[in-house]
Amino acid sequence: MSVAKPLPHDAAKLHVTGKARYVDDTPLPRDTLHLAFGLSSIAKGRITAMDLTAVRSSPEVVAVLTAQDLPFANDVSPSAHDEPLLSDGTLHYRGQPIFLVVARSHRAARVAARRGEISYAEEKPLLTLEEALAADSRFEEGPRIYQKGDAASAIAKAPHRVEGTFELGGQEHFYLEGQAALALPQEDGAMLVNSSTQHPTEIQHKVAEAIGLPMHAVRVEVRRMGGGFGGKESQGNALAVACAVAARQTGKPCKMRYDRDDDMVITGKRHAFRISYQAGYDDAGRLQGVDFTHLVNCGWAQDLSLPVADRAMLHSDNAYAISAIRIESHRLKTNLQSATAYRGFGGPQGMVGIERVMDHIAFDLGLDPVELRRRNYYDAPERALVGGSAPRSATSPRNISGKVKARDNTTPYGMEVRDFELHELTDQLLESADYAARRAEIAAWNAEQTDLKRGLAFSPVKFGISFTLTHLNQAGALVHVYQDGSVHLNHGGTEMGQGLFQKVAQVAASRFGISVEKIKITATDTAKVPNTSATAASSGTDLNGMAVKAACDTIRGRMAEFLSQRHQTDVDAVVFTDDLVRIGAAEISFNEAAKQCYEGRISLSATGFYKTPSLKWDRIKGQGRPFFYFAYGASLTEVVVDRRSGENRILRCDILHDAGASLNPDLDIGQVEGGYVQGAGWLTTEELIWDDSGRLRTHAPSTYKIPACSDRPDVFNVALYQGENREDSIYRSKAVGEPPFMLGISAWLALSDAVAQFGQSYPALDAPATAEEVWRRAREVSNEL
Amino acid sequence: MTITFHLNGEEVVLRDLDPSATLLDFLREERGLKGTKEGCNEGDCGACTVMVTDRAGSKPLNSCILFLPQLNGKSIRTVEGAAGDDGALHPVQEAMITHHGSQCGFCTPGFVMSMVTAHKNGATDHDVQLAGNLCRCTGYAPIIRAAEAAAAQPVPQWISQESLPQATEAANTPRSSDALAQLYAAKPKARLVAGATDLGLWVTKGLRDLGEMIFLDGCEDLKQIAISDREIRFGAMVDMNRVREAIEPLHPSYGEMIRRFASQQVRAAATIGGNIANGSPIGDNPPALIALGARLHLRRGDSRRDIAVEDFFIDYGKQDRLPGEFVEAVSIPRQPDRLRVYKLSKRFDQDISAVLGAFNITLADGSVAEARVAFGGLAGTPKRAAHVEKALVGQPWSEATVAAAAAEMSQDFTPMTDMRASAEYRLESSRNMLMRYFRDLAGASQSVLEVQV
Repeated sequence: MSVAKPLPHDAAKLHVTGKARYVDDTPLPRDTLHLAFGLSSIAKGRITAMDLTAVRSSPEVVAVLTAQDLPFANDVSPSAHDEPLLSDGTLHYRGQPIFLVVARSHRAARVAARRGEISYAEEKPLLTLEEALAADSRFEEGPRIYQKGDAASAIAKAPHRVEGTFELGGQEHFYLEGQAALALPQEDGAMLVNSSTQHPTEIQHKVAEAIGLPMHAVRVEVRRMGGGFGGKESQGNALAVACAVAARQTGKPCKMRYDRDDDMVITGKRHAFRISYQAGYDDAGRLQGVDFTHLVNCGWAQDLSLPVADRAMLHSDNAYAISAIRIESHRLKTNLQSATAYRGFGGPQGMVGIERVMDHIAFDLGLDPVELRRRNYYDAPERALVGGSAPRSATSPRNISGKVKARDNTTPYGMEVRDFELHELTDQLLESADYAARRAEIAAWNAEQTDLKRGLAFSPVKFGISFTLTHLNQAGALVHVYQDGSVHLNHGGTEMGQGLFQKVAQVAASRFGISVEKIKITATDTAKVPNTSATAASSGTDLNGMAVKAACDTIRGRMAEFLSQRHQTDVDAVVFTDDLVRIGAAEISFNEAAKQCYEGRISLSATGFYKTPSLKWDRIKGQGRPFFYFAYGASLTEVVVDRRSGENRILRCDILHDAGASLNPDLDIGQVEGGYVQGAGWLTTEELIWDDSGRLRTHAPSTYKIPACSDRPDVFNVALYQGENREDSIYRSKAVGEPPFMLGISAWLALSDAVAQFGQSYPALDAPATAEEVWRRAREVSNEL
Repeated sequence: MTITFHLNGEEVVLRDLDPSATLLDFLREERGLKGTKEGCNEGDCGACTVMVTDRAGSKPLNSCILFLPQLNGKSIRTVEGAAGDDGALHPVQEAMITHHGSQCGFCTPGFVMSMVTAHKNGATDHDVQLAGNLCRCTGYAPIIRAAEAAAAQPVPQWISQESLPQATEAANTPRSSDALAQLYAAKPKARLVAGATDLGLWVTKGLRDLGEMIFLDGCEDLKQIAISDREIRFGAMVDMNRVREAIEPLHPSYGEMIRRFASQQVRAAATIGGNIANGSPIGDNPPALIALGARLHLRRGDSRRDIAVEDFFIDYGKQDRLPGEFVEAVSIPRQPDRLRVYKLSKRFDQDISAVLGAFNITLADGSVAEARVAFGGLAGTPKRAAHVEKALVGQPWSEATVAAAAAEMSQDFTPMTDMRASAEYRLESSRNMLMRYFRDLAGASQSVLEVQV
């Protein structure tokens, strides 16, 4: 069977030969025009006068559009209708598009876009969380609060307490391929759009609104993205709409791609948080009650901030059973780029919150941080996995008193945790990573050092899989079997490097019992599969794999029925395997089977549809089952720091990650390795800095530092946990896009562990823990202040 | 202007070209070679990497900040030319597929070309070779596995036997320093282009018109390195990878700093003369050169002068260079190696320094005989720490002396806060660097980069 094989990415050969085509590589009609936005140079205020004469007279400029020139909707927001394509006269952040230049070349458009003369009535922008809170500038009427039990009294009654506040910075996606779109006008006003987007249907919807036509008049095609990470879930709307509007007006194809600096200045990033915590615990380190306050910097528009902030709350328990917890989340509106989806979608921020609490308690108690975590883990399920490793027995390590009692194994939002794999997974990781011996060796090494210290930290991941907006958990597919036995595969998911297309092709190949080479993977196309959800929330394979399976099974069923009748045998005796179809005693090639079915006038085309079962979620109450299942993983990171400069680096990382019964172990390991490094980058070197005027100062790779080659761990051991999904997912696999990102939290905790070696007190590290931050905290704990 | 180069083995002659056109735009827009990608358009991501071969060998270069006239007489290989004519993949391409070195694939052509070049040159220090290629998907591990797997494979014939065309005689491309001196004296307002790793951004980001440009790449005599008993002399056009090779055995700490200076691609283009002459307050060479007592050799027409490197930097944006005068060479007096250079940046590789400190202290009978301490990133120019030096000279070389001297740092510098670092961190870490130097000389210090597990 094709599933579970470690096949390379379907486009690997195209990638390495430079033949993989991205939007900007599309051959263009000769008359194609190129676009660029003129941007606001203030963060808040109004336009009092706008002189675009120099823009219009700039060489090769064909047209210049402002909000007044837009024929229909001036909105590129995903749902809240609060993001005009071009400013309506009010300005909300520095970098907001004001006018659109249409020119004969990309460079000519960029040159002209800088020539606008705009006068402003400038107001003082709200940039910080304090300022926004003081001004009560927020989305939703007030904070969202999710709670379970009475956290305040549980904390008050607990024998020990811990509290603190820390900053958690945002993150630039830094997809290597910047945002890009191309609109080709069709007859009768229709528009064909080629977009680098995770969400073709939303592009279709926004373009249709903007050109005043039904969705049927707009077709969106996406072959691949050069990285997405959530940054192309909604942020591509502006380019696609701009292209469509300009194409409609000029009658010519229009292309837009952001220069890297423009991309970083215009588009949203990961939400920055400030997290305050208070927790009560007993002598054994067991949590009695936890209280979190999340201040979320959403930027100027709502975008996806509400579900992002919700998901942060939903991951505030991470792996721990907490009987009393309260989470209060303030979604603050500021004059910065509108924060958006980014791998983990708030989950990482929520998870860092509780991991910080665990780290702090372990420090105060002087207890091994892994042991502390295990004592607080959710219980393992009673049911052993079929074919997988036996889960830990019911007497989990948490019951240190020896008393076994039925415990409340529900999350703060009332969902029972029935698939908790972390007891066994943690055991396996600690053993393979040689935790205990290394802990001792590091302590001995540190005792010999003054300026350098090493740190070691463990962090687990439990990540909820499903869109929390329940209706998004659906997918469609379209499969054709041609009369020569070749297969055309299409579904609503988009390929951004994660290997979705190959994994889904492996599913299709397995259903038909054929090799994956017989399957042609085709570009995502709103004309083939309609009403798709964004490829997001790690759901791509789960949803689209199931939809493809359904479509394949429909065709296979028709083929089996026809062939069984023809061979006078039972339909159950028809088997598809090894590129063959066995019909009772007979055996024909799949190709021959396809030919016979065609000649027998059997339909060899089918759609497939899937919707995730069992979901029920009330986001206002914070109650229900928002997730189909959880994906798990754990990492152990070792670092070294220098207190004189704060310089630090990752020496070793060991990871064990749960991808269920993996559809493609090598591609899944690729997600884990890459996710870890990206997560560690978020918490270490990736620092976003705005000045007092709201100007982003880190708007290029020269100033914004994602991990480079040598920043990966020197020793990097990554393995998949041998298990299978306890829920009925596609071949019992698990989603793997986002969960491994949060494995990077252990790098941040390891820095904290190392810094703690310089003194006696808990190093209250902020994130990102840049060299400067590490230096500052090392100085604090060593009481040099 | 007319130039000639080879592109994937085919001769290309360009007439009437715009001298500020970049190779990347030419490849993508004129030739339809879309494999080479634009990731950042400033030489920081490596997605546009191509292999450029000249008589000195093959190097990886960022095509986004490479002006076409810089390619006259050279041979360019893009990702489209990495495989053989019969479609046979290069060993690094095969390995990248086998080891899952690509995910989204957008950075991949740049990685492939860096790897093809390193493979051709027999370089196996993969982290150094690939420091200038950013990947956001893979976490790099599979790419390194691919590089390791390909290392033992032979270099394919189409890569090893790169042919070179004759450079076309073109205006504003002098072939010697004498010709340059004459030309520049006559056109003192022209813009001198060495490696274009800075000037390239004026075009791609600043969208500026550079006016008349003079390309120095043909001045072979400016690419000489001469090491004698008396001095190390670098011609202004010596690229930073060659500086690294020459300096590493003599002043290893300086060599190690250059390893982290920009990236393989940028160092292959950037020149030591350009890094000084552009006057940046955060160029990494000047503090090291100042600490070594290096002298700058300037030339205008037939008149020459030389000055201490520190005297070249008058103020922010202002250097001691007359119209029509250019940097011909920099020379470093030979000396016992007591130099340490500490580069502090958010990321180790390819990052502009928050602070760069260079320390060179000579002792006699346990006391400080001479102190040369210079910093970048603490002021509007690279600058010596005069008060610190004064507090050191004549004092016994002890921790107390160092501590007292470190306290003087605030007399020398009032650093600023920006996106790279706060003023306080800059100042305090500069003090700690002095202490680190003291421990380093005593053999009692280690960098986090040296810790292994």
